[in-house]
Amino acid sequence: MRVVEIAPSLDYRTIETLYDALDDDLDGPVLFDARHLRWVDPNGMVGLLAAARVVGDRTGAPVRISFPENADVSSYLTRMGFLTAAAQVYDMPATKGRRSDRASDVLLEITPVHTNSDVHAVIERVQTRAGRVLTRNLGYSAAAVVQFSVVLSEVCQNIIEHAEAPGWVAAQSYNWTKRLGRQVVVIAVSDLGRGFKGSLTDEHSGRFGDRWGDVTALEAAFIHGLTRFPDSGRGQGIQQIRKQVGRWGGLLSIRSGTARIADTPDWSEMPPVEEGLTHFPGAQINIILPERLSDG
Amino acid sequence: MVERRVDPINIDVSELVQRSVASLYANLITRPTGRAVRRAIEQQLLGDGRMAISLIDFTEVRILDFSCADEVVAKLVARYLSSDRPRDAFFLFRAVEELHAHTVEEVLLRQRLAAVCDVGGGHFQLLGEVAGRERDVWERIERTGRLMPGDGDSVLGSGWNPAADSLASRRLIFVGPGGALTALSAMV
Repeated sequence: MRVVEIAPSLDYRTIETLYDALDDDLDGPVLFDARHLRWVDPNGMVGLLAAARVVGDRTGAPVRISFPENADVSSYLTRMGFLTAAAQVYDMPATKGRRSDRASDVLLEITPVHTNSDVHAVIERVQTRAGRVLTRNLGYSAAAVVQFSVVLSEVCQNIIEHAEAPGWVAAQSYNWTKRLGRQVVVIAVSDLGRGFKGSLTDEHSGRFGDRWGDVTALEAAFIHGLTRFPDSGRGQGIQQIRKQVGRWGGLLSIRSGTARIADTPDWSEMPPVEEGLTHFPGAQINIILPERLSDG
Repeated sequence: MVERRVDPINIDVSELVQRSVASLYANLITRPTGRAVRRAIEQQLLGDGRMAISLIDFTEVRILDFSCADEVVAKLVARYLSSDRPRDAFFLFRAVEELHAHTVEEVLLRQRLAAVCDVGGGHFQLLGEVAGRERDVWERIERTGRLMPGDGDSVLGSGWNPAADSLASRRLIFVGPGGALTALSAMV
């Protein structure tokens, strides 16, 4: 059995370690060894699910996971609904796939998104908790709760409308005392669909010529709002998310194929564009919303 | 009277979404939901061929996302401006929540459209893409309610005709057979 070592920290800054580990010629049964995992955010969790699906599809063999030895991390994964979701992609004992107890500290458990009804369910579910977290912890206005739901709705729809494949969404709030001195909300969305380049190639690759690739496809969608649909009303979801996240001083990044593009606030060291990354299917969206320092 | 030829149709979107979409969700989110609501509105507008003026009310809607608003607002407006429109219809939107008005405006701007919107307290605004002179003429007509053509120069200022023609063709004001200019808000 091949073993994929999971780094002790798996979040939006270290998620590439996971994708890099899949670059090998994996075959046969694979074990994701997460025993030493001590820190994981929604990006890490949905990344672990997507990675298992990718490896399983590639090898046609069982993909297993060793859960963290740290009790706090295991408990956290359970509360975030990771075990329930993992049971769908990992070969694991049925008892491991028990449902989370919907703990009050969870903003949005890992939720599969397959259909528009799933998007409705996500928004219904997140209302009360988002209101509490955003207004009490992050100092956002009551109106921001509605805007947050709109952002969440639009990122989830990106899975259905553009990826044409299922995906996952999760969100949680953290106190980044050391890193930022503030509370944040982290939203992660991942799908295993066709990716931005795959979605846009038929309609738009011609105008870019030899420059066409993952970076130009991301720029086309992210900066110019292009979509594969001729309808001019399409493509505004990402544009509106950018505007809103920018107003909140947040970070928005989209990784697709071998590239990542981002709107980066002052507090982030993430570069606006990265290319030459390990190929990973679909798209991964990361949004980080910081606590307000002033009224707004 | 010109107004007798108009068929007033008020549509509560929150009620419609629960009847039109196979769910009980109160939020106007996702493109398929918006498409279903728009088709339900179009169904309600099927009539006897008289001109219709319809007030689309978002007052009871909590969350309105851009994908849904594009279907319910922008595509609806565009559909009834097209030459193959199913019926002559004028639309007003009631979006009392500031956020809804913002969303409505954004989807209209995206498609270079405009619409009349009640933003609360019976205060109507022109949302979307509108040239400066058009907006000025519209606001004067809105304040007046109904204006006879002979009063145009005094109320709207000289050279008002092109702007009024544009507003009429975009269905942002109503021009009666005698040339009277009527604010849509005065018709509901």
